[in-house]
Amino acid sequence: MKCLVIDDEETARVIIEELIEKNPHVELEERFSNAIQAIKYLNQQSTDLIFLDIHMPEFTGFDLIQTLKTPPNVILTTSDRNFAIEAFEYECIVDYLVKPITQDRFDKAVQKALSKKSVKAKGSDGEITKTENDLYVNIDRRLIKIDIPSIYLVQAKGDYIQIKTFDKNYIVHSTLKKITDKLPDDLFLKVHRSFVINTKHIIDIEDNSVLIEKDVVPVSRSNRPELMKRLNLL
Amino acid sequence: MKDHPNLSYIHQLSGGDKVFEYKIFEVIKKELPQELLAFKHCIEKNNFKEASSVVHKLKHKISILGMEQNYALAEIYEKELKEGINNGQQEFEEILQGMLTFIEQT
Repeated sequence: MKCLVIDDEETARVIIEELIEKNPHVELEERFSNAIQAIKYLNQQSTDLIFLDIHMPEFTGFDLIQTLKTPPNVILTTSDRNFAIEAFEYECIVDYLVKPITQDRFDKAVQKALSKKSVKAKGSDGEITKTENDLYVNIDRRLIKIDIPSIYLVQAKGDYIQIKTFDKNYIVHSTLKKITDKLPDDLFLKVHRSFVINTKHIIDIEDNSVLIEKDVVPVSRSNRPELMKRLNLL
Repeated sequence: MKDHPNLSYIHQLSGGDKVFEYKIFEVIKKELPQELLAFKHCIEKNNFKEASSVVHKLKHKISILGMEQNYALAEIYEKELKEGINNGQQEFEEILQGMLTFIEQT
């Protein structure tokens, strides 16, 4: 999920950016030190999730939410424990994090946002379209259907991605971010900045790599904890 | 000052990443004196409402440095300032001074 950080305190922004960096499901799109700048941005761009401080000078986090016509999902970040009840009056608010925020608590909040995120595909925003269990990719002006569960690996290659299935491999002009948004979160996991894997097809895991079919895929240090969580360990 | 600054939260967050630890110290080193100045400025002008907002922001740094008792004191002081009461200034400034010294020495 693409996300924004809005907080007037630089220390808070740096900490939230670190928490984002260590969570495989969120990707920092932009950060703002005040709500006005963020509103200007959001009037032109969309995002999936906002980490929003409530207590900001002039324009508070709640003011920002009220200003937006269709606010994206919001996770409130605050040093104040007393806004909790007000927070849940807004449908867009998925969670409420009290500073200082720990990684565990942050990850749980992101998980809530993921659950709330619509699984319905956006459909018309590019070269990848999803319907039910199929993914349509645009290759040489043809829309080619790929069965999602058959995908075991997606690799970023410059301006292209390589989609590997058991039958065939596809090179598509797209980004890892775009395809990740179309793939079900319970099956697919980003294990490295250039690799997304289907966790159902893992053969084995060794230190900082995972074997899928015949491919050895690197696992970055920050993504390893999420991968380990997905495993049914004995 | 009831308790002393410590690095347990920062260490937990960094997971041993020294680059991040350096970055967060540098940001706190930069922001803390600015916020202390802003606080003093508000108090000098008897602008307790604004001072309360600065205390609110400073509470985060108090909690980052693991001072739970001082956090509770700051919370009371923030509320008092909102009501126009300024009894906790000296104690609060001692907390901030302790944090500044700690950050400089770390």
